Amino acid sequence: LTKFGTEEKKMLKLSWSIKLNIQVLLLQFYSKIVFCFPFRFNYRSTHHLTSNGFYEFLNWFDERAWYPLGRIVGGTVYPGLMVTAGLIHYVLNLLHITVHIRDVCVFLAPVFSGLTSISTFLLTRELWNQGAGLLAACFIAIVPGYISRSVAGSFDNEGIAIFALQFTYYLWVKSVKTGSVFWAIGCCLSYFYMVSAWGGYVFIINLIPLHVFVLLLMQRFSRRVYIAYSTFYIIGLVLSMQIPFVGFQPIRTSEHMAAAGVFVLLQVYAFLQYLKDRLTRQEFQTLFFLGVALAAGVVFLSVIYLTYTGTNKLKCYAKIHIPIIASVSEHQPTTWVSFFFDLHILVCTFPAGLWFCIKNINDERVFVALYAISAVYFAGVMVRLMLTLTPVVCMLSAVAFSCVFEHYLGDDMKRQSPPAEDSRLGPNIKSIVTMLMLMLLMMFAVHCTWVTSNAYSSPSVVLASYNHDGSRNILDDFREAYYWLRQNTDEHARVMSWWDYGYQIAGMANRTTLVDNNTWNNSHIALVGKAMSSNETAAYEIMRSLDVDYVLIIFGGVIGYSGDDINKFLWMVRIAEGEHPRDIRESDYFTPQGEFRVDKAGSPTLLNCLMYKMSYYRFGEMQLDFRTPPGFDRTRNAEIGNKDIKLKHLEEAFTSEHWLVRIYKVKKLENRDRTSSL
Amino acid sequence: MSNSVISVISRFLEEYTTSTPNKLKVVDAYLLYILLTGALQFLYCLLVGTFPFNSFLSGFISCVGSFILAVCLRIQINPQNKSDFLSVSPERAFADFLFAHTVLHLVVMNFIG
Repeated sequence: LTKFGTEEKKMLKLSWSIKLNIQVLLLQFYSKIVFCFPFRFNYRSTHHLTSNGFYEFLNWFDERAWYPLGRIVGGTVYPGLMVTAGLIHYVLNLLHITVHIRDVCVFLAPVFSGLTSISTFLLTRELWNQGAGLLAACFIAIVPGYISRSVAGSFDNEGIAIFALQFTYYLWVKSVKTGSVFWAIGCCLSYFYMVSAWGGYVFIINLIPLHVFVLLLMQRFSRRVYIAYSTFYIIGLVLSMQIPFVGFQPIRTSEHMAAAGVFVLLQVYAFLQYLKDRLTRQEFQTLFFLGVALAAGVVFLSVIYLTYTGTNKLKCYAKIHIPIIASVSEHQPTTWVSFFFDLHILVCTFPAGLWFCIKNINDERVFVALYAISAVYFAGVMVRLMLTLTPVVCMLSAVAFSCVFEHYLGDDMKRQSPPAEDSRLGPNIKSIVTMLMLMLLMMFAVHCTWVTSNAYSSPSVVLASYNHDGSRNILDDFREAYYWLRQNTDEHARVMSWWDYGYQIAGMANRTTLVDNNTWNNSHIALVGKAMSSNETAAYEIMRSLDVDYVLIIFGGVIGYSGDDINKFLWMVRIAEGEHPRDIRESDYFTPQGEFRVDKAGSPTLLNCLMYKMSYYRFGEMQLDFRTPPGFDRTRNAEIGNKDIKLKHLEEAFTSEHWLVRIYKVKKLENRDRTSSL
Repeated sequence: MSNSVISVISRFLEEYTTSTPNKLKVVDAYLLYILLTGALQFLYCLLVGTFPFNSFLSGFISCVGSFILAVCLRIQINPQNKSDFLSVSPERAFADFLFAHTVLHLVVMNFIG
């Protein structure tokens, strides 16, 4: 009934190729490197998988991260991304198309975003019609909210997770529509892929039960819903527990309890329906009361049992209590600017599409309405979750545009119920409206290409700035420093730095790190923070206890880079204070007036701490500009207070070309104890 | 009260034996067998303890899964429900049932440890 016409196929291929072209074009500016912080770790694990095999990867214990603790990688990572890349690499090499694993990793995201386009088309076609599906596929091919995670070179879980999400939802809608076990099992297998890919699978396992529950409330219970959900829940449950990282969470944590509750409720409801069909009203009522009494007893006993054994702990909002989670910039609430930047006009047409869906309600449209509402709430809480909002915005905007175009472009006479003579729309109105809509779409396309080329296409490892004459100046300090580390230090050297750079050091410099972006151990990070915030002697104690050989910091004062360690310093202090409140106090680092200053008026604790000394060592001799005094920090716009810095336990090992990365070597203990007399 | 409950249940059983086709009765017998197996496993777990937990879970979920799939099969081959399932013939329902069982047992065998 709904087959792929040749025109539809052409449109889909077009949208996929537009996407690939935009993203690959941007690679011309920079060589094929794998961007950003978490991606280095994913690449390193994939490399480990392809060199050593699947079982080695599942059982990998990484002793070069989180020294001296190490990290059980197999049990703490979502393997979907690495396995996908490894599988593609294996199959291609089997066919004697030799590709390096790095190329597979770099190009994986655009390929999967094309697949996302296709699954969005399928999903929207199930919800509305084919025209809306095509529009949705085109929207999601270029929308900036999704492009940030799917450029060539971004090798992160979200790249494949959004495809798995859309495909799972498509299969779910299909199984609710047909009531066939085949589609439900397909949905389970897709859900299993999603669980292996991203922690956001919790969204699926809560949205689908919510959909079933709302259908029950709306008295839209049907046998197809029963079949679809029961099969999905039970087979999906056992599939999701196959991933080592997820383990037994689906039957223990509170995030999965909604799904179990709806499952039990659905069984009871279906059984009652079955009885109702067979018995008279009187008989049904007697049995009903007995059943309700039994059920209440069972629920009561199970609640007592669960609270007694303490298996169900409700999670409070981690963001408020744990400073590490609060310090990540992606976890801040979303501003209105981000909504517009990422979605442009779609954010305005999206409510219109939602209204159309609610007006012509059926089982599937209930689902998309719930999806939209929950996604909007989550996107408002955290910037990072804009990504889950983007697909549903694309779908509903496509529905809105499709309705408008159908109304204003379609031939009135050919409709099933042609309108009366006077209520027909004049050709003028039709053409004006159509032109306006087309103009909106063109502006949207222009905006998307601009955003992609400017904001989301530069790897944050290589910085670019523009000179007075407009020519581009590339700052390659990070790679310079990492390669210095790689070539000039001992292979087993241990590097201490703030956790942001852990994956990069492990990936590009191939050295053991103390803390990295996984941030699973708060106390260890607090120790590093304490070392950075204390004076040199106290810090030296900590560094010796952790066997640190080198310390790496980022300093942006020469070029005005605002993401350096002095700007992050207060977070280091806060995290350290959380674990060692007697030694570190945040108020010590502020002036008596409560300001954070690095010049002469700054607090003495700040001017003598290790981070300050390492950042500004010998910076006092440097005069960048004849207008400013020597030692002028461009990022903080202040002349530094402590210019004559002497380091006792560290010595400077390397400073990169624009002083962005500074590496210090930790000196060994003295041969003779200077303070001893005799 | 209990009198009426017993009379309701006996009338229900009588109606059941006369009006359900034989095909569905076979499926119902299978359902009863699965239910008993699952109950036995749960009882064993309560008595002996949950170690190893993954083996218990895989066995129990295998029972629950087989039960659910058999219920789905029963719903789909019931001629009274034909209007709900226009695209699913009884043969297709049985084929889906076999496919679902293959997937379920593959996963259970992987999980049983």
